[in-house]
Amino acid sequence: MPEWLRVILFIIFVLSFAGLNAAYLVWCERKGAGHIQRRIGPKEVGPFGLLQPLADGAKLMSKQLFLPKGVDPILFMVAPLMVMVPAIMSFCVIPFSETFVAREINLGLLMIFAFASVNVLGLLLGSWGSANKYALIAGARCVSQNVAYEIPMLITTITMVMVTNTMNLNEIVRSQAGWFIHWHIFRLDMSLLMPVSFLIFFVCSLAETNRAPFDMAEAESELIAGAYTEYPGMGFGVFFMGEYANIVIGCALTAILFLGGWQAPIPLNFGGFLGVLWGMSWFFLKLYALIFTVIWIRWTYPRTQFYELLNLSWKVLIPISLFNLILTALQIKIFPWL
Amino acid sequence: MVPLFSAEGLSSLLFIVIVMTTLLGAVIATHSERLIRAVAGLAIACIGVAGLYYYLHSPFVALMEMLIYVGAVCVTIVFAVMLADPNPEEDAAAGSIFTGPLSFALGIMVFWGLYAVSGKTSWVPPAARINDGSLEEVGKSLLTNYSMVFELISLVLLIAIIGSLVLARQGRTRTGGQS
Repeated sequence: MPEWLRVILFIIFVLSFAGLNAAYLVWCERKGAGHIQRRIGPKEVGPFGLLQPLADGAKLMSKQLFLPKGVDPILFMVAPLMVMVPAIMSFCVIPFSETFVAREINLGLLMIFAFASVNVLGLLLGSWGSANKYALIAGARCVSQNVAYEIPMLITTITMVMVTNTMNLNEIVRSQAGWFIHWHIFRLDMSLLMPVSFLIFFVCSLAETNRAPFDMAEAESELIAGAYTEYPGMGFGVFFMGEYANIVIGCALTAILFLGGWQAPIPLNFGGFLGVLWGMSWFFLKLYALIFTVIWIRWTYPRTQFYELLNLSWKVLIPISLFNLILTALQIKIFPWL
Repeated sequence: MVPLFSAEGLSSLLFIVIVMTTLLGAVIATHSERLIRAVAGLAIACIGVAGLYYYLHSPFVALMEMLIYVGAVCVTIVFAVMLADPNPEEDAAAGSIFTGPLSFALGIMVFWGLYAVSGKTSWVPPAARINDGSLEEVGKSLLTNYSMVFELISLVLLIAIIGSLVLARQGRTRTGGQS
């Protein structure tokens, strides 16, 4: 396949995946919420409410893009894009299977973090631009939360890079080949606290994507809809697509770093097209299991208090992740043959 | 002249776009009346600079530029601006009548100085790339040739941390407020 055709096919795949995924994750979220709360969830539109996302999309798109009085028009319109575009860019380096990856660059892990850091700037500009007190409070909370949780997340990532010796996501997955005990989460010989690393990383990715129990950016019982309060129609929709794309990226990174990415739990690999399908199905299985956990947590736990949230990061997660970093470095230094 | 629809042509076009982005961001940053738009312009300029680094064969520095300048520095500035007055004052830009001519003359002088320097310097053609700009090479040079600079930067950070601690300690009592 020529290179340009591959690139175009990937752009189509990524754009449609980001859109459809956001639409159907909303459906999953509503269904999950319903069943957890002993309701049914959406059921009217189509079988099992499966056409509900299309109806929602049509509703959002047909709404007027209304600019409320006093907003900063440019920032107000640009902010949703600043959440959405970097999230889509990050899909370029995520290996869906060994060969199914748009660009296998050596700094893939760093690239995802670089683009993910733009996300909070978008939220902040949007919340400031909408000239609304609730949005402003949400923006301020969002920054302190993101700054606090970025530190343990990056420290844990550094630990993982020390263990794997590479930032190439596909290489990281390749190094976990074989039985499922070779997945990094079970590799206690690499770092004694590996399951703890996994937990820290997952908690931080929940906080970075502003999901419950850390959804301070849109605490609807306190702040109406937080940073999104003033957004009408598709502006709101794009924010949500960006948020769901970010959840997918966070869970994909967790799956790649700790759960073996596209590796099957048994040492069985196929070549050619079947291999692509085999790898992709395992990757998506892990990805959506993690996403289901995210939804499950949201509808099971109440929102934390803001002080608790910051205390958890600064007093618990950062010390533990630093200790983990030092322990892993020692382990690599003392037992280099492992 | 390379054809437009080839690898070199498209990459040159992209290079021009990146340079334009940098310039546009810089102009927005200096010419907008609202502080927050100036910060947004700074963010755009930083993204452009990251692109320039990529064209200089250092993807690592490019990504760090995004991560630190867009993701941390700009966010911090926006956060500081948010605590300030959201409505720009009408007469904030109006200075004395000398402001315009003076800054124009200064600009001319700076431009002339840079022009003279660039004209008089005997430019060496770019040597072969020193290293591949990869993570390993950056790490090695930071811990061998440039370890002094590296340590000094950490000293600056330490001073910044102590300073902010001193500032934050004032006005907060042991008994009050926080849970």
